Amino acid sequence: MKFRKLVLATAATVVGLGTFAAAETAKADEQFFPMLVYRTGAYAPSGIPVANGFRDYYTLLNKRDGGINGVTVTFEECETQYKTNLGVECYEKLKGNGPTGASLFNPYSTGITYQLIPKASVDKIPILSMGYGRTSAADGRVFEWVFNPPATYWSQASAVIKYFARRAGGYDKLAGKKIVHLHHNSAYGKEANPTLEVLAKRYGYKLTLVPVDHPGQEQASQWRQIRRIKPDFIFMSGWGVMNQVAIKEAAGIRYPMDQFVGNWWSGSDADVVPAGDGAKGYLSTTFHGAGTDFGVHADIIKHIYGGDAAAAKENKVGEVLYNRGVVNAMFATEAVRTAQAKFGKKSLTGEQVRWGLENLNITQETLDKLGFKGMVSPLKITCEDHETMGPVIIQKWDGAKWSYASEWLTPMRDIVRPIVEADAAAYAKENNITPRTCK
Amino acid sequence: MEFLESILVTPFIEIWESPYYFTELVLVGLSTGVLYSLVALGFVLIFKASGMFNFAQGAMVLFAALTLVGLMEHGVPLWAALILTVAVMVALAFLVERLMLRHLVNQEGLILFMATIGLNFILEGTGQLMWGSDVKRLEIGIPDQPFDILGGKILLNTFDVTAAVIGALLVVSLAVFFQKTPMGRALRAVADDHQAALSVGIPLKTIWIAVWTIAGIVALVAGIVWGAKSGVQFSLSLIALKALPVLILGGFTSVPGAIVGGLIIGVGEKVAEGFWGPALGGAIENWFAYMLALAFLVFRPQGLFGEKIIERV
Amino acid sequence: MFYREAGQFKTTYQGDQAVFPVFQDKIAVILVILAAYAVPLFADEYWLQAIFIQFLVFALMAIGLNILMGYAGQVSLGTGAFAAVGAYACYKLTTNIEGMNVIVAILLSGGCAAAVGVVFGLPSLRIKGFYLAVATLAAQFFILWLFNKVGWFYNNNPSGTITAPPRELFGVLITGPSASPEARYIVCLTFLIVFAWFAKNLVRGRIGRNWMAIRDMDIAAEIIGIRPLQTKLLAFAISSFYCGVAGALMIFCWLGSAETEAFDLATVSFRVLFMIIIGGLGSIGGSIMGAAFIILVPIFLTNFPPMIGLDISTALQKHLEEIIFGVMIVFFLIVEPEGFARLWQILREKLRKWPFPY
Repeated sequence: MKFRKLVLATAATVVGLGTFAAAETAKADEQFFPMLVYRTGAYAPSGIPVANGFRDYYTLLNKRDGGINGVTVTFEECETQYKTNLGVECYEKLKGNGPTGASLFNPYSTGITYQLIPKASVDKIPILSMGYGRTSAADGRVFEWVFNPPATYWSQASAVIKYFARRAGGYDKLAGKKIVHLHHNSAYGKEANPTLEVLAKRYGYKLTLVPVDHPGQEQASQWRQIRRIKPDFIFMSGWGVMNQVAIKEAAGIRYPMDQFVGNWWSGSDADVVPAGDGAKGYLSTTFHGAGTDFGVHADIIKHIYGGDAAAAKENKVGEVLYNRGVVNAMFATEAVRTAQAKFGKKSLTGEQVRWGLENLNITQETLDKLGFKGMVSPLKITCEDHETMGPVIIQKWDGAKWSYASEWLTPMRDIVRPIVEADAAAYAKENNITPRTCK
Repeated sequence: MEFLESILVTPFIEIWESPYYFTELVLVGLSTGVLYSLVALGFVLIFKASGMFNFAQGAMVLFAALTLVGLMEHGVPLWAALILTVAVMVALAFLVERLMLRHLVNQEGLILFMATIGLNFILEGTGQLMWGSDVKRLEIGIPDQPFDILGGKILLNTFDVTAAVIGALLVVSLAVFFQKTPMGRALRAVADDHQAALSVGIPLKTIWIAVWTIAGIVALVAGIVWGAKSGVQFSLSLIALKALPVLILGGFTSVPGAIVGGLIIGVGEKVAEGFWGPALGGAIENWFAYMLALAFLVFRPQGLFGEKIIERV
Repeated sequence: MFYREAGQFKTTYQGDQAVFPVFQDKIAVILVILAAYAVPLFADEYWLQAIFIQFLVFALMAIGLNILMGYAGQVSLGTGAFAAVGAYACYKLTTNIEGMNVIVAILLSGGCAAAVGVVFGLPSLRIKGFYLAVATLAAQFFILWLFNKVGWFYNNNPSGTITAPPRELFGVLITGPSASPEARYIVCLTFLIVFAWFAKNLVRGRIGRNWMAIRDMDIAAEIIGIRPLQTKLLAFAISSFYCGVAGALMIFCWLGSAETEAFDLATVSFRVLFMIIIGGLGSIGGSIMGAAFIILVPIFLTNFPPMIGLDISTALQKHLEEIIFGVMIVFFLIVEPEGFARLWQILREKLRKWPFPY
């Protein structure tokens, strides 16, 4: 039954999109958004909701507002399976599409992001890696074409330590506490390590780094190690099946779930559902709300699913990663809207969209108007700061849904920013880039 | 020097000083090892009967688990879903024999291996096409509670224990099946010599279908156990990689080899990760299993229990 | 008609032992090479950057693995690791040594890969067949783990990835993001042609014959005086050298930047294995044809439905692609287990007699 419905729904969307695209090609003004997705392969459970979020938001803009200021939004998916080689192919394939080429790329994979960073400035197409990718890209003077708002892994790690300090009852209480960083053994997973080490020196907690190799199906020994250490807090940078197994194993050694915090790629619905009741109380960081209680979801359900909330749920509307896709699509389209104010309401090139991103200023009023009230914090990107160090919040899984479990936590700029600038400077030196001066 | 000490001396001292931790790792390793044996057995069965190094074993695990959980999601009760999945695996075995094996008789091992990689693609594609790539929760009622022994010094999980028992039961019944039943004898005959088996009237095609069916059922059990732990999703197909060191350690053609090999690898990698991991930076399990197997191979090139390789000019 | 060999006499031994003794072959090869160099005039960036360069890199790797497996008979699944050694060595050489010529760096990194290949080739003296194949997986997992773990290999940068720095050859940028796809393509193509030619000559000579003797029966080969130790290790060294050079090109001319994940088992080792089996074991031309098949077919399958105006969802398309690809492999193995090289041979025989088969 469900399967048939799914097939029908897919077919309907496909036909709908098909006719839609066919009808709109006559119009000259359209803005093309490439989509690198992974709906198959090992990371599909995370890739599907993200891709659906993007797709639904772009479609919503067309159906509800008639595009961005009347400029139709077009998009095309390309399957990467989270693999770098397919990422290159997709990038090359999509970058020239649409009347003015791709507006911007959202790679949704650390590997692919690293590959596209050097290409971006050559092809003049900006990269919006929202909360992932290269951390030092936050320094806009060196990385002109790369944007990673609202916060990077380093900022996130500092916010998590802040949270641990509050839980412990103050920074001074952190001294002597044992913290484990359970991470995916890849460039992505190791990203938070240096920040955690710097903070360990400052606050005197004892940090143990426990890596898990890809894919992470087997973590028995890591969790026995953790059981032996008896950490006060665990921070996890996991991805894919590693998350599900880790949560299950944590329950298996009776580790208290409320001391176990995942990063924002370890805190989606797909991560906690397989663990069943064992996952109750699990925490994770996020920078946007989960669920369907926001204005934008009402619009999506009304305009795209015809008011059918069940069909929307089938398509993952309201899941953490779905919402991330929606937020990311909103940032992208708002950047285009910003750029339109300067360059006119027509198809914009990647270069113009880059200007829009750099001058992106999403105020609370804009958020309220777009239906994101209470879901995301306002955001203002500047020439120097492509990250903004937006606030991070801890969410808690109660067995059925996520809800906020802390106040908004601002990352520690004084710690993170100097490391960012040092790394960006090193990159600039290695690649003969002269940092621009931001007036 | 310090580094050498940290990998050559310190871990042993630690093992001596923390016997409970060590025991716990060994127990966990044993329960994982049984599951490795199970996957490895699937390989061994097919290799014995058809000389085929079946790379698609991992994809079969995924395919079987996806089918089971997919059926259950459509409201089919567990017992019926199990029967249906077994039926699907039988049908798969039939198709494989009919469309692949039959046409590849007498080919070299490498070509057969390659063909199973093709099958691997087909199964992964079909499984995901039919049931989607989403992670699916598999709830089949295996109790999942931690429990203490020795006054809390050692913590085990009912899930691991149950899984190990299921695995062990299956392994034992397969061994009995091989040794005691007429079918098992026929299988062993085929394994020894295809032509001789044919000439005494053993139907090779039936044997192949039987072997692939058994391998399919073994894959289903492995899929259930692992799927219950991590949810049913694509990464289940990567389990095959964990079984490869077991195979080289135990020998491709030996049922007891797969069992003992699985246990050695299971315990070896857990203990290594637990005691040597911290000194080496962690996440050493994967390559350690291969290195361990390689070390054994240097002394016995045919694996622990493999048939002795006799070469003539 | 095209392959009339009548009247082509050889009057010298040299002429008889040429790489392409038949006149038509010579012409054909020269034409193909010229056409290959002319490709940048016609192909757009997508084809060059995403497809042709990828093909050239993998073809080089396939030749490397074919030397080891097809000629010397040593099964290896460690291709990805040897390529990674090449890539990381090249990164270290170019970033740490001022004024290092990039071509020299690529060749040196091939040398590093060869050294590592020899070390992991040592077990081949005792272990054979599938046992050896799985044993080479130890190299695959260990080396990638090491590159991921030890910061020295990626200059301790916090991203943990290696990025190809911009480097020039004869005043033209050939690596780094600003290098034109045409320049990268020409560099890779030249590498492939030179190395293919070298490999072709290598396997025809004494070394190649030794390898084949070892492959066909190592005990017999030992008895007639071929030293298995040197011969097998040489095969590992040269094969790894090719893989290492290809790995360096992979980062420097194709991907631009990568972490160890780019060299994993499924993306590199298995793919290269498919290439040489589909292409034909023990054939240099076959390796190239196999690489073309494995690279081009999935790309064709991805782009085909939109081409004919069929709009199906990306996931469905990918699954269908996988299934069709799998079916093609099985089908192909059933029809012609010896690969493209054999098909080409059959076709050539037919052409010799065409249009008057007797």
